[in-house]
Amino acid sequence: MLCSRVRVEEKLLFAALKRRGIDFDRLDPRKLTIDLQGQVLTGEGMDGYGAVLVRCLSHSRAYYLTRWLDDLGVPAVSSHHVVATCGDKMLTSAALQAAGLPIPRTAIAFTPEAALQAIEEMGYPVVLKPLAGSWGRLLARINDRDAAEALLEHKQTLGGYLHGVFYIQDYVDKPGRDIRTLVVGDEMVYAIYRRAEHWITNTARGGEAEPCPASPAITSLSLAAAQAVGGGIVAVDLLEDSDGRLLINEVNHTPEFHGAVQASDADVAGKIVEYVHHIAMEGT
Amino acid sequence: MECPECAAELELAPDVEEGEILVCPECAVELEVMSVDPITVELAPEVEEDWGE
Repeated sequence: MLCSRVRVEEKLLFAALKRRGIDFDRLDPRKLTIDLQGQVLTGEGMDGYGAVLVRCLSHSRAYYLTRWLDDLGVPAVSSHHVVATCGDKMLTSAALQAAGLPIPRTAIAFTPEAALQAIEEMGYPVVLKPLAGSWGRLLARINDRDAAEALLEHKQTLGGYLHGVFYIQDYVDKPGRDIRTLVVGDEMVYAIYRRAEHWITNTARGGEAEPCPASPAITSLSLAAAQAVGGGIVAVDLLEDSDGRLLINEVNHTPEFHGAVQASDADVAGKIVEYVHHIAMEGT
Repeated sequence: MECPECAAELELAPDVEEGEILVCPECAVELEVMSVDPITVELAPEVEEDWGE
């Protein structure tokens, strides 16, 4: 398991692996130095590993290490393709759109002027999101032109180059909650509501997890979203619009599930390690 | 074991894992368990822009 910080999720995964007698090691990306000839210059080698469960907090570490694992022929969950797609909101939206799945209306612009024009055409409010990033960080709901002009200028001036790519979405007037599901392979393991007074409902920002009935629509949309980004183990965020229609908001390649453990009786860690173990055994 | 920030005495659970994050009960700084045998802790890294799910 590739991980540095050990959260509730990693402790549950370690316990699930030990309960099943599955042999595993922890590899800390901070202690790895690799070269592209397949060698590990410092840290443990990859010989003998059937699969790698990627639990990096850092997207950039997951992105590059999964590419390296691909070249070594060691299956990674999530794969490099999934990490690359889910780690970039534009690529995620493009994959979902290409699969014909419902997403909020989304625009990309490369200058503040073009972004402002797109926002005015879409109509207020809109949501401005960073292309990369998670946990609800740096999301902005823009209610009027004054706020749009200020935010666009700030992002371009203060942010890195990726903040100069403007990812703009229709604001979805959801009913004080969104839906988070976890897909493992071809199974949806759980669905939960994340409820909050604030329009940002991430549990990392205080959203409360509650049980959500796994309707056929939620299940099929979650499985299709997972498939669209490359499959494996992903978390899918769904929004209900004011007409009750489901839209796919995001897909996450390294899902956290501590909130879900309280709102669902699913053995989440068990499902994850059994899936990865199955992949590891397939290659032996 | 002392908090490296405020020297408060830390009580660690017996099943503490390397890489686990603890919060000092006195100064609230986040600490990372660097090793479990012997137990050592350091100030945890700040959250970076690319961290997340």
